[in-house]
Amino acid sequence: MSDSVQIQTDERIGAESFGAKLMKRPELGAVAGLVLVLVFFLITADRSMFTLAGVINFMTPAAQLGILAIGASLLMIGGEFDLSIGSMVAFSGLFFAAATVTMGLPLIVAIPLTFVFSAAVGAVNGAIVIRSGLPSFIVTLAFLFILRGLSLVGLKLATGGSTQLRGVRDVVETDWLAPVFSGDAFTGVFAMLARNGLIETFKSGAPKVPGLPVEILWFAALALVATYVLLRTPAGNWIFASGGDANAASNSGVPVKAVKISLFMLTACCAALVAIITVMDAGSTDARRGFQKEFEAIIASVIGGCLLTGGYGSAIGAFFGAIIFGMVVIGLTYTGIDQDWFQVFLGGMLLLAVLFNNAIRKRVTGER
Amino acid sequence: MTHPIIHMQDIKKHFGNVIALNGVTFDVTAGECHCLLGDNGAGKSTFIKTMSGVHKPTSGEILFEGKPLSFSSPRDAMEAGIATVFQDLAMIPLMSVTRNFFMGREPTKGRGLAKRFDLNAANDICMEEMRKMGINLRAPDQAVGTLSGGERQTVAIARAVYFGAKVLILDEPTSALGVRQTSNVLSTIARVRAQGVGVVFISHNVRHAMAVGDRFTVLNRGQTLGTARKGEITSAELQDLMAGGQELATLDTSLGDTI
Repeated sequence: MSDSVQIQTDERIGAESFGAKLMKRPELGAVAGLVLVLVFFLITADRSMFTLAGVINFMTPAAQLGILAIGASLLMIGGEFDLSIGSMVAFSGLFFAAATVTMGLPLIVAIPLTFVFSAAVGAVNGAIVIRSGLPSFIVTLAFLFILRGLSLVGLKLATGGSTQLRGVRDVVETDWLAPVFSGDAFTGVFAMLARNGLIETFKSGAPKVPGLPVEILWFAALALVATYVLLRTPAGNWIFASGGDANAASNSGVPVKAVKISLFMLTACCAALVAIITVMDAGSTDARRGFQKEFEAIIASVIGGCLLTGGYGSAIGAFFGAIIFGMVVIGLTYTGIDQDWFQVFLGGMLLLAVLFNNAIRKRVTGER
Repeated sequence: MTHPIIHMQDIKKHFGNVIALNGVTFDVTAGECHCLLGDNGAGKSTFIKTMSGVHKPTSGEILFEGKPLSFSSPRDAMEAGIATVFQDLAMIPLMSVTRNFFMGREPTKGRGLAKRFDLNAANDICMEEMRKMGINLRAPDQAVGTLSGGERQTVAIARAVYFGAKVLILDEPTSALGVRQTSNVLSTIARVRAQGVGVVFISHNVRHAMAVGDRFTVLNRGQTLGTARKGEITSAELQDLMAGGQELATLDTSLGDTI
């Protein structure tokens, strides 16, 4: 059969160059941006920015944002937005603090409970978007305010009038599960490196950086798992398909509604993870926690190559996007530049990224 | 003659007081290409949607491999082996050919948590199936958006055939294509037919239908006007039937052979 088939080759299609192949990677923009920002700070910033302590210094906020950004990027690839994740951080932070302090639950109960609770809120968010067919932008914008307001009201109820709930650290400090969600990892390794003079130490001989903050580990692990799921599992294919064309996907047998609702639940869980880590770190929670993080997470995702229209993007891109973000926020303090340039810088990066992504999309789809 | 795979007897479909189909009889046997011809508004779309399980007929009988059957969803029809390639093709331009090909039906390897999309196998199958259809993909990770309309149509057909279609319904597959792409799609149809799939080819272009069809059924104002085998009817006669037999006759002198 196949012998009789004539293979057509089109003489007008040239061989693809390595550069053109590279252009098709969604995370290219983020990597290029990272190199750009890196070069900028290598030139302008104080040397201490790129010491171990300096790197940890900007990686910690990058990781906290990155956990949100990875969730947001998967949701964006799936064709939806969640503007409520910043408020969700405050809301699940309140829930977590109330569970540990007010109700006195151990972490092994409080943490899964926080995740279940957040996932349920995410599912409500998703179900409304999917059932009503309204744009997720407007539905989650409503939840941005609802959850922020509920956090305030809830905090006042829990504390009897204050918008801050303290005392988390005292309750969880001795919990065996605490090291997984707070503090530094690999302290032993860092101490050993310090003894051998491989990393910087204080005069006392203690390392300047006692260990790797756990959020960085969570951030990296999440980026790897999300990338694996996206590129190497059927679920990943469904996410791309749901975001690319929900109608075509569901005609082909992809459970689009289930995919989208799960993604809303996932982003809410990412917010819960950030809430747990930051609340345990600070020892308290307040209603302003996670303020404007939804925009920062979306910016990091877009810098990472996600299209606002869905169906295209990468989790590893969001990973780099978040690092760029952390570098810019913290990096400016190492330079002589007025820190308030930060927002200008960020807006500029976003604009560049969107223009770049748009050009890439046209290349990929062969649009002219 | 062999038994038809699917036989639709006297199908009627009403939407409120609008009678979309008023007695349509149609069947397909394995390895034939049965063309359903009709002008715009003749009821072609309603009929294929009935055949593919989107609509339920108001009355009439559907026999699938000799047994009466009623589809409650497109999924049922798909599982029975009736694949429909609609005009939108259910393709996502930003995704690669392989990812589109296996969308919703990804091959996996490993179990439990290690269960994953077997991308290598998927790529190989996709390249091979496309080669069988006469299209040499540059790479399986090429985005569908970079393919031509005819190639996309072929991917959609290859996908349906690979997933075990017994009946392949093609909704105006050549309507938006250029001359060369049309001939490619028509030869793809011929190839699929040679594999023993029953093809339902919906078109209003008599020339395209004549090129691959074995039988021709004309639909006019929701009714079938009869079925003819290849050789029993000329394209001019088909054309006339589609138009209801009158209007074109008067146009004939001024238009000549332009239609």
